[in-house]
Amino acid sequence: MLVIECPWCGKRDQTEFSCHGEAHIARPLNTEELSEEEWGNYVFFRSNTKGVHYERWVHDHGCRRWFNVARNTHSDHIYGSYKPGEAAPTIDAPDTPEAKS
Amino acid sequence: MNRYSIFSLIRNSVNYHQDWQRAWRSPEPKKEYDVVIVGGGGHGLATAYYLAKECGITNVAVIEKGWIGGGNTGRNTTIVRSNYLWDESAGIYEHAMKLWENLSTDLNYNVMFSQRGLLHLAHSVHDMQEIGRRGNAIHLNGIDSEFLSPAQVKEMVPFININCRYPVMGALLQKRGGTARHDAVAWGYARAADALGVDIIQNCEVTGFRMENNVVKGVETSRGFIGAKKVGCVVAGNCSVLAEMAGFRLPIESFPLQALVSEPIKPILDCVVMSGSIHAYISQSDKGELVIGAGSDTYNSYSQRGGFNVIEETVGPVVELYPIFSRMKMLRQWGGIVDVTVDRSPLISKTPVDNLFFNCGWGTGGFKATPGSGNVFAHSIARGEMHPIAEPFSINRFNSGALIDEGAAAAVAH
Repeated sequence: MLVIECPWCGKRDQTEFSCHGEAHIARPLNTEELSEEEWGNYVFFRSNTKGVHYERWVHDHGCRRWFNVARNTHSDHIYGSYKPGEAAPTIDAPDTPEAKS
Repeated sequence: MNRYSIFSLIRNSVNYHQDWQRAWRSPEPKKEYDVVIVGGGGHGLATAYYLAKECGITNVAVIEKGWIGGGNTGRNTTIVRSNYLWDESAGIYEHAMKLWENLSTDLNYNVMFSQRGLLHLAHSVHDMQEIGRRGNAIHLNGIDSEFLSPAQVKEMVPFININCRYPVMGALLQKRGGTARHDAVAWGYARAADALGVDIIQNCEVTGFRMENNVVKGVETSRGFIGAKKVGCVVAGNCSVLAEMAGFRLPIESFPLQALVSEPIKPILDCVVMSGSIHAYISQSDKGELVIGAGSDTYNSYSQRGGFNVIEETVGPVVELYPIFSRMKMLRQWGGIVDVTVDRSPLISKTPVDNLFFNCGWGTGGFKATPGSGNVFAHSIARGEMHPIAEPFSINRFNSGALIDEGAAAAVAH
């Protein structure tokens, strides 16, 4: 089970949170011009990264605020949390699948 | 290949079972194959078997990075059923069910397929409406399903607590549903495919695809390049990784899904009981263990282990529904990575790369479809055009909008 750091409340047990998938997917602004292809890609297709993954979490049973987490999906190692609007941190030395396995 | 029979059993008993033939070879990879299947799980081995048996293509290799059946084929809760809502799903799962019913004979390998009956419990008015709608839809597709009252559920499972926190208000029964021994399915398909000339290459990881002018020419592996006229990827847990190697993305996210088994006990539960709304899936294996399916974690992961909170959320409802199990010890618990699509239906599809086919995204319930999935995928690869049963499961449905939404239909019950 994960221990997640809420940027406002600090480290808490994972059961206080819920995960809402890949972060930094910007909603297209020119929606009236989008083709079915582009809509489908925006709504359904994901990077599903094996390695460093930037994802959205909500502190449901706490402050109820959204934030982002950088986590390695191969090892479940969490690099850190950051507030919405902040740029995704660059992970210098990711523990890559190769390094871990 | 020597056939298994009562006579071969007697013949081998004379030699204290020292002379049984190996069930399949471990050949060196050839330079090129007509078809390379990536992934030696149940679906991949079934694909190879039907390519050789029904499509006349025997120059086939199955490439597996670990050992065959070591992924989700060996990690599921062995449940087989075909009671799905949508016509497309009924098409493929019932196709699989019909193949299951003759599979042991077909493969000359006992897959211990047991049609012991499968109950899906309803615990609320909404559940009752859901099974009402789904049960009638299943009827219209000519598949067996029956509605049971709480009293009839109690008759089938006398020790169930129907007056639990969320009382049992009814159930949907598929009598032809049941279980099969998952390892035997992989081994049976491997042995039968090998006998028809398929090369099964284990401990060989695919590291990339070789492509020329957007046509796949083979796979780069940890044991060198293997050429292929066509490639079929039948992997669970890593399909997005393979897709990335080929230069496209999939409408899939991967999550850990857990299961656990108890200590073995005397026969007590002679059917499969599923409850989607309180999330308790339980059956008893022939060894006597209770086999319990837990839920999936909600975050993406390739770690093959899930959170302990999921175990707690699974065992709680099981004990509430079956107080008699409250003091049982759980012996093993494990996780596998499931590739989930938004509509909870699989991808059996051509891809943006010519002659490269994908069969993946079976999410939390692919085992039951193993024979049907392999069968239609083999025909699709052989013809270069998707089999009519497989056609609706194209990747393109996420762009066209023609989803097969079993996610909304049956929620987590897969």
